[in-house]
Amino acid sequence: MNLKLKRICGASVRNTLLALYAVFALFPIFWMILITFKTDAEMYTTTFIFHPTLHNYEEVLLRTDYFWAFLDNIIVSSLAVVVSVLAGVPAAYALARYKFRGKEDLAFTILSFKFAPEILVILPLFMIYQKLGIFDTYFGLIWVYQLITMPLIIWVVRGYFEDVNIEIEQAAQLDGYPWYSVFLKILLPLIKPGLVAAALLSFIFAWNSFTFPLLLSGFKIETVTVASLKYIASDTVHYGQMAVAATVAVIPEVVLALLIQKHLVRGLSFGAVKG
Amino acid sequence: MKTQMPKAADKATINSKYLKVPFLVRARPYFIMAPALLITIGIFYPFVAAIYYSLTNYSFRSETYNFVGLKNWIKMATSPEFWHAILVTGKYALATTGSEMLLGLGIALLLSKNNFFTKILKVVLIFPLMVAPVIATLIWQLMTNNSVGILEKFLNLFGIYNFPWASSAKTALFTATVIDMWVYTPFVIILILAGIQSLPKSPFEAARIDGGSAWFTFKNLTLPMLKPYMYIALIFRLMASLQEFAIIFALTKGGPGDTLMNLSITGYTTGFAFLKFGQSLPYVLTLWLIIYFISRKLVSKWLLVQKTAAGN
Repeated sequence: MNLKLKRICGASVRNTLLALYAVFALFPIFWMILITFKTDAEMYTTTFIFHPTLHNYEEVLLRTDYFWAFLDNIIVSSLAVVVSVLAGVPAAYALARYKFRGKEDLAFTILSFKFAPEILVILPLFMIYQKLGIFDTYFGLIWVYQLITMPLIIWVVRGYFEDVNIEIEQAAQLDGYPWYSVFLKILLPLIKPGLVAAALLSFIFAWNSFTFPLLLSGFKIETVTVASLKYIASDTVHYGQMAVAATVAVIPEVVLALLIQKHLVRGLSFGAVKG
Repeated sequence: MKTQMPKAADKATINSKYLKVPFLVRARPYFIMAPALLITIGIFYPFVAAIYYSLTNYSFRSETYNFVGLKNWIKMATSPEFWHAILVTGKYALATTGSEMLLGLGIALLLSKNNFFTKILKVVLIFPLMVAPVIATLIWQLMTNNSVGILEKFLNLFGIYNFPWASSAKTALFTATVIDMWVYTPFVIILILAGIQSLPKSPFEAARIDGGSAWFTFKNLTLPMLKPYMYIALIFRLMASLQEFAIIFALTKGGPGDTLMNLSITGYTTGFAFLKFGQSLPYVLTLWLIIYFISRKLVSKWLLVQKTAAGN
C-alpha cells in the first residue's frame, strides 16, 4: 500500500512539473493566437472573453506590405534550399563515399560556417555586395543564405549516404551502371525521406534568418523577420496586428516541423545524433 | 597526413579495383564537390577581407582609407566598452546555456516515461524551437507588456505591479534569458531524449537487481551514458548563445544603456550605427576567436566522452 502511494505521488509530481513546463512552452503561442482576434479596445479591458474579429488579419495582410514580405520570405528561403540541395547533395555523396586528400578538413570547414558569427560575415559582405550591385537583391540573399542551408544539407545528407550499404552500389556497378546512374537511380531514392527532411529543416532555418536580411536587404526585399520589427518598434502599438504578424510567421514552421518529426533530432544535431 | 594516404586507398572504396587510378577518376570527388565549395568559399572570402579591413581606418562615410596597423585593435583593447562586451557575452552565454541544459535535462528525464501525456508533449513541446528568435521576442513582448500583457495581470495577483522586464537594467538579462530559454530548451530536450531512448537496458537491470538507489543509478549509469548527447547540445547552444544577436537586438538593441551590449551587438553598433567599419571588425574577430577555441576544446572533449561512453 505504502509503495503504491509512493508511486502515485511520484507520478503526480512528475506530471505537475511537466504540465508547468508545457504551460511555459505553449501558453505564449496560445496567447499570441488569442489576441489576433481581439480589437484594440478590448485588448485593455478583457482577458479571455471577448468578441472575436478578423479585423487585425485584414489590416496586416491587406493594408500593409507584410504579405509581400511573406512572399519574399518564401521565394528567398525555398530557392536557397534548392541551390543547397543541387550543390550540396553531390558534395555530401563525395564526402560519404570517396577517400581523398583533405576530405575531413573540407567537411569541417563547411561545418564551421554554421558557427561563424553572422555579423563577422556581414560587415565585409555589406560593402562587397554594394560594389557588386547585389545588395538588396534575391540573388544576394540566396547566396548568403547558403551559409545557413549548405552546412546542414551536406552534413545531414552525408550521414544518410553513409547508412546505405556500399554493397548495393557495388552490385549496381558490376551490372554496368556508370557512377552517376548509380547515384541518381539507386542512391537518391534510398535516401529520399532523409533528404526531404533535411531540406525542410534548412528551409525553416532560412525562414528564421534575421541578421542577413536585416543588413543585406530591407528596401526592395524584406523578409517577415525583418518586417515584424516594425511592429515591435512603433510607438502607437496595435497589439492585435503585432500578434497577427507573429502568427503568420510561425504557422508554416509549425506545420513543417510536424512533417519532419522523425528526422528532427538528426537534422538539428547535423547528423551527430542519429535519433 | 601523407603517410596515411596508401593505407586509406587500401580500404574498400568504389575506386579500389583500379591499381593505377586515372586522373579523372582521382579528381572526381573534387569535381563533385566543386559547386558546393565555390558557393560557400565565395561567400566566405569576406572572412579574409575582415582581417585585412580590421587593420585599416575604413569607414562607410568616406571613399578613401589608410592602413593603420594595429590601431583599431589597441583602441578596442583599451576601451571599457570592449571589456564590458566580453562580460555581457559571457554572462549571457552562461545564463542561457546553463539554464537550458539543466531544464532540458530535467524535462527530458521526466518525458522518458512513456505514456499518453508524454507522447503528446514530445510532439508539441518542440514548437517554440521552430519560432524565429525575433518572432519569439515579439511574442514575449505581447506577454510581458505592462498594459495588455497577461503576465502583468498574473503578477498582480501576487501583489507585484509594473514588473520592468526588458526596460530595467536589473531585469533585462533575465528577460532575454527567459526568451532564449523558451526558444532553445526544446533543442536540449530532444537531443537528450534521443540519448535516453538509445540507452541499453541490461546495465539498468543489473543495477536494480543489485539494489542500487535511484540516485546511484542516475549518477553512475544514466549521466555518463548521456554525456555525449549533452555535449552535442552544449556545443550547439554555447556557440550560438555566445554570438546571440536577434533576441537582444529585437528586445532592446543592447539596452537599456549598455546592459545587453555583447560583442555581436557592439560590433554591429560600431559598424552600422557609427559607420566605423574598421573599428567594428576587431570586436567580431575577437568573438570569432573565442568561439573557435571553445568549440575546438569542446569537440575534442566530446570525442573523448563518446569513446568512454561506448567503452562502458
